[in-house]
Amino acid sequence: MMSGAAMVVQTLNDLGVKHVFGYPGGAVLDIYDALFAQDEVEHVLVRHEQAAAHMADGYARSTGITGTVLVTSGPGATNTITGIATAYMDSIPMVVLSGQVPSQHIGEDAFQETDMVGCSRPIVKHSFLVKRAVDIPKAIAQAYYIANTGRPGPVVVDLPKDIVNVAEEHPYEFPTDVTLRSYNPVLKGHNKQIGKAVKSIQAAKRPVLYVGGGAITAEAQGKVTELAELLHCPVTCTLMGLGAFSGVHPQFVGMLGMHGTVEANKTMHNADCIVALGARFDDRVTNNVEKFCPYADIIHVDIDPASISKTVKAHIPVVGSVDTVVQQILEALAGSDFSEQKAKLADWWKQIEGWRSQQCLSFEQPSEVIKPQKVIEALYKHTNGEAFVSSDVGQHQMFAALYYPFAKPRQWINSGGLGTMGFGLPAAMGVQFAHPEATSVVVTGDGSIQMNIQELSTCLQYNLPIKIITLNNRALGMVRQWQDMIYQGRHSSSYMDSMPDFIKLVEAYGHIGIKVDKLEELDDAMERCFAEKNRLVFMDIAVDQNEHVYPMQIKYGAMDEMRLSKTERT
Amino acid sequence: MKRIISVLMENAPGALSRIVGVFSQRGYNVDSLCVSTTDDDSLSRLTIATQGDDKVIEQIIKQMNKLIDVLKVTELTDSPHVERELMLVKVVANNEASRNDVMRTVDIFRAKILDVSAVNYTIELTGNVDKLDAFLVTLKHSATILESARTGACGLARGEKALTP
Repeated sequence: MMSGAAMVVQTLNDLGVKHVFGYPGGAVLDIYDALFAQDEVEHVLVRHEQAAAHMADGYARSTGITGTVLVTSGPGATNTITGIATAYMDSIPMVVLSGQVPSQHIGEDAFQETDMVGCSRPIVKHSFLVKRAVDIPKAIAQAYYIANTGRPGPVVVDLPKDIVNVAEEHPYEFPTDVTLRSYNPVLKGHNKQIGKAVKSIQAAKRPVLYVGGGAITAEAQGKVTELAELLHCPVTCTLMGLGAFSGVHPQFVGMLGMHGTVEANKTMHNADCIVALGARFDDRVTNNVEKFCPYADIIHVDIDPASISKTVKAHIPVVGSVDTVVQQILEALAGSDFSEQKAKLADWWKQIEGWRSQQCLSFEQPSEVIKPQKVIEALYKHTNGEAFVSSDVGQHQMFAALYYPFAKPRQWINSGGLGTMGFGLPAAMGVQFAHPEATSVVVTGDGSIQMNIQELSTCLQYNLPIKIITLNNRALGMVRQWQDMIYQGRHSSSYMDSMPDFIKLVEAYGHIGIKVDKLEELDDAMERCFAEKNRLVFMDIAVDQNEHVYPMQIKYGAMDEMRLSKTERT
Repeated sequence: MKRIISVLMENAPGALSRIVGVFSQRGYNVDSLCVSTTDDDSLSRLTIATQGDDKVIEQIIKQMNKLIDVLKVTELTDSPHVERELMLVKVVANNEASRNDVMRTVDIFRAKILDVSAVNYTIELTGNVDKLDAFLVTLKHSATILESARTGACGLARGEKALTP
């Protein structure tokens, strides 16, 4: 026999949950009391509930393990909304336990009452409003099951205060079966579709693998690499897929899409067979769908049938997990002769090498100002390309994605779908909790970092030695870039004239700050930063305010229509 | 183009709001929605009338299938099916000619009078959507319609085809 509050904690423990990111409040005080009474589940006290959701998110992205959030009713719950939406857009497994006013007061506009199930409905995979204490274990266990199977996503479990009352005890039973008759994700591709896919792949003279976040979720990097090497074909990754295929592999042609490389976008546009693996053809990839890849047979592998043919019609849809489907394709190809494959694709590679030789990512580094690209290159060097890099949203995010090649999956943590500024720091904290020995870096900007800067306080409490690399251009860089390009340089509200002294600020939070404004100081400063193994270091690096991210696709154009600099285009 | 979609889902709290949510958040229209529990009270059956081309309908069906509470979704429009709607309509008929006309129309359409007062009739009519529309048009010639309520289309496939869990 135990209380509803104890059941919540016991269920988490029985599910193997190690960390819960949260913030207490009236409706969840019973649960906090139950947490206090044990040592198995560690609670991490954040400074704002949005950050709790991003921490759980970063934790999940870097491990594949479902992240857990615990917040009180009303504002505690609504503060997690942006974090839940972020996880939903990028298919990240997360369970949010939210307190609720006592059952008898639901609907009365009680103090700190919000219809959390209603508020979160469009941005969750599923949600539960638990009505009886005895239902707590099953609801929570099902929440974790739903969150981390099929196409993962966030699940909300709303817990009214009366059912977690510590004064009332009930029998506890951990559910042995959490399956639902209405929920049966398909993992294995249909044999007929696999057959069609294989035929198309074998016939292709200009194939390309287009790899998305689904390949990371499915832990499919090994199989994707095997397939790519067997076919000797080029591979491009989406912003969410970076690391699913090694960024330093010779067959990798870079990220594709709005800020993709010339070689990636041209390879896609000219391909005769596109094998999409866990990618969803979103608007930041396709540019104008009417002009999208006119020569290609599109094979679309996705675990979510609703992703297939949502924006771009797939010629060969295959519903299933990337890992399983690629294995099926490999098995189907096993008898085929690929000895001539290199010769067969020689012309294709010659074309690709031609695009590659344009070196679209090259940049000039003048002596008087630091280029943001230079900072990312230095970061790569000083971390041996092995850090977990969490990013905020804006120009710095694109620079990090383009100039830090990720060799492994789950190394690159960013809000791709929702584009949430303020995501980076808390995400990197979640990463650090999951990987205490690893180097956890945040690449951020002077705008984004101020959206969750209060978490510097949490970092001190839990001794998180995160390295924050701030590309400070005294402006909202990506907004400014668009204003330069589309609004004739009218910088409406993209200046931040009242920038804080970040060094004083981080010192006030108890951390180390390093300011860099000269190019010649950059290397030494990075050296000092990464030598501090046990302290958080905040690097405030002044970068060129006028720099733009290139290449950049031209709006309404095809994939391969890009601006290459302020003056050149394809 | 008018489409009829049939959905079998868990009779669970919030399930209906998730269905309706798919339509509102993805910008689709609901023309009518008819919902109730089935012979198995753990299940609800919905019939949704909507508009859209094949691509839209494919997305609607996929997005509804994705909901955890939903067991089965099928489109009825193109396959043989039966479809009925119930309408209640209250008319003002306060003179002899009007009352006779209403009675005759009720007769022709095989409708039923459920309630009578000195100046009103409340009429029940079941049929497909076209029949109900035609009845209203005819009725307006002989009486003033005070109010009406329609259930929206409710349908099942013909023959052995069935939506079962």
